[in-house]
Amino acid sequence: MEAVAIEHLRRLAGGASREMWAFDAVLPGGAVERLVLRRDPPGHQVLSSRRDEFALLAAAHAAGLRVPRARWCEEDAAVLGSPFFVMDFVAGEALARRLLRDAAFAPARAALPGQLAEALAGIHALDPRAPGLTFLPRPPAGGTPAAAELTRHEQLYRAVALDPHPALELAFRWLAVAPPAPRAETVVHGDFRVGNVIFGPEGLRAVLDWELAHVGDPLEDVGWLCVRAWRFGADAQPVGGLCQRAEFFAAYERAGGVRVDPVAVRWWEVFGNLKWAIICVMQARSFVDGARSVELASLGRRVAEMELELLELTEG
Amino acid sequence: MQDRPGVCELLDAVRAFLEEEVVPALEGPRQFHARVAANVLSIVGRELAGEETSLLAEWERLARVLGGEASAPPARLEALRAAVRAWTADLAERICRGEADAGPFRAAVRAHVRATVEEKLRVANPRFARATLDAR
Repeated sequence: MEAVAIEHLRRLAGGASREMWAFDAVLPGGAVERLVLRRDPPGHQVLSSRRDEFALLAAAHAAGLRVPRARWCEEDAAVLGSPFFVMDFVAGEALARRLLRDAAFAPARAALPGQLAEALAGIHALDPRAPGLTFLPRPPAGGTPAAAELTRHEQLYRAVALDPHPALELAFRWLAVAPPAPRAETVVHGDFRVGNVIFGPEGLRAVLDWELAHVGDPLEDVGWLCVRAWRFGADAQPVGGLCQRAEFFAAYERAGGVRVDPVAVRWWEVFGNLKWAIICVMQARSFVDGARSVELASLGRRVAEMELELLELTEG
Repeated sequence: MQDRPGVCELLDAVRAFLEEEVVPALEGPRQFHARVAANVLSIVGRELAGEETSLLAEWERLARVLGGEASAPPARLEALRAAVRAWTADLAERICRGEADAGPFRAAVRAHVRATVEEKLRVANPRFARATLDAR
């Protein structure tokens, strides 16, 4: 058997909780495949499995969504130190600040609201009962997705928090009052935002980072996209620093998404800010527990940003 | 008593070295992490410059909000930190039990929590706090 040569191996930027390595696989005969390896960094709090993310990517690709083609999955940590999978390399840019500021990406800024709406409607049209997707976490029978997600995240928070956070406690109380009523449950991406997509000057090329996917309320993804952190400073445009809420809601409905209830989206936006705060608390906890990373360390001090935003959103 | 340069001056020297010489010389994840490291040093500098004053103000607000017996704040910084932490844990528990859901206690708690969060941001990300106030 002839060996495949690995060339141009390089670490890609971004992803405090997941390593990404790009490389070229030179096949016997000389053909070159441009690929990406996604790996759990050893020693982190890992809440998802690479096998599941791989299966979901394959299902999304089969449904014609813009995602990298999934190629190979290895769960045995003995091979590379922790589980990983391999997918096609998608050329382009992922840095949100570049998208929102560089003149070269003006056409992408104009195209993305519609393209993100279409991609999200496509994700929500995936069949959550498909045999390949039975692993997706789903809300317990009898409970609403909103109440279930709130409970789950409160448990996560209580298990890892290093400090008391009165501002987050106020947000838990606010959210508990009126979680959105259940609607038809769909696949939820769980981390759909600028920063987790590849784009070119012309617009969207691929949706990445499926590790937080689950079955639930599709409006969770819409609310998450409105979370202030994903505006990367472009605060005048609430949806990902790109457009106004009403414009995005209309585009999403036109693309076949579910009917948008702005009150429910608002609840999910508040929840999203709380969830991002909890993720930052978890990252800080990973650092304190021994994962050496200046980025993880710094995320602990970002919690205050979400705390202020939560106070703003729940005023009155 | 240590000699000059003082702690803040030393931090600033390292921060400037990272920002001006290390960041431009790197690329990819290393460049990103060098930028994060420089920012962390800025946070430390701002915290050192104002910690005792801000902890005293937080202690006084907590004493008022929680209605504890009037006493003087601990004189030593370590004890002051521990006292603020213990009271903040009490406050978090009372909010969790629903005591701050309504009424005058809610208003007092929210005002205190807001002041505390703004103080955290003065250290962690002053630009973010300013942008929030500008947007109101």
